[in-house]
Amino acid sequence: MKTVKYLLTGIVFGIIMTKSEAVSWYRIQEMFRFQSFFMYGIIGTALITGIILVALIKKFRLKDTEGVPISFSPKDGHWKKYLFGGIIFGMGWAFTGACPGPVFVLLGQGYSVMIVVILGALAGTAVYGLIQDRLPQ
Amino acid sequence: MIRYLSNPWPWWASGLAIAGIMAILIFSGKTFGFSANLSNICSMAGLGKRISFFRFDWKAQRWNLWFLIGSVVGGYIAAHYLSSAEPLNLSAAAVRSLDKLNIPFDGRMEPGSIFNWNFLLSGKGLILFLGGGFLIGFGTRYAGGCTSGHAISGLSNLQLPSLIAVIGFFIGGLFITWLIFPLFFR
Repeated sequence: MKTVKYLLTGIVFGIIMTKSEAVSWYRIQEMFRFQSFFMYGIIGTALITGIILVALIKKFRLKDTEGVPISFSPKDGHWKKYLFGGIIFGMGWAFTGACPGPVFVLLGQGYSVMIVVILGALAGTAVYGLIQDRLPQ
Repeated sequence: MIRYLSNPWPWWASGLAIAGIMAILIFSGKTFGFSANLSNICSMAGLGKRISFFRFDWKAQRWNLWFLIGSVVGGYIAAHYLSSAEPLNLSAAAVRSLDKLNIPFDGRMEPGSIFNWNFLLSGKGLILFLGGGFLIGFGTRYAGGCTSGHAISGLSNLQLPSLIAVIGFFIGGLFITWLIFPLFFR
């Protein structure tokens, strides 16, 4: 039952990512060139709604569907990790025009070349796991 | 309904819908973060035997892997049953800029001149797809999240590390777009 719930949520996510055009290489280029408000509007609306949602959950100490109080884990660690990791991911985002979610959504759309992006991303993740203690954290 | 959904969505509707996905996951006791799945797959593949970073109980993350499978199915459904006949409404300025890079705007979701196996199997294609994928995998794990984990979930919770990560996303993206692409696509 739970499996079906997350599968369905994922299906809706895939449809949203496609119809929003956030999976489009063109749209990501347009965003990084500041040539349209479109992507900023999407991320901004999601963010403002998210900030209100999280604030309300905290204020009213809401519980999840299992009855467990909802908690948000703070992100910890050194700023270098977020900045350097962010820059590296941003370069990959501009090259492929896709972040991790859209990579898989595009595969479903029939863009078989995304298999190579997925293999690259898994290799990148594995190499990070291998050398992470040697990086500034 | 189907016809209505098939039309291109206004940006605010997409933004609200993405926040809705985050809400569903939060009220299920989960955190919206897609790139964690790359780690989950590495762990599932048995990399934990050699690399301690992947030594965790991936089965506790099965929900997120189902979400991933769903996103592939959702992409299929949207492309086959909810697609609009209208070309992508890219700004004229972006069309002109990409034209200068010899990337003609074809009105589709992805540029046909890049998203094909012939281009992929060229040197540039391998850098763009395989190299780009590598940077995505390495960078998201290093930063501890991607667009969903930091720009949406983290910033919604007003996390400073997520703001630093998002600034990083833009530094990296602007660097490739403005300094590398003019050389790369010449």
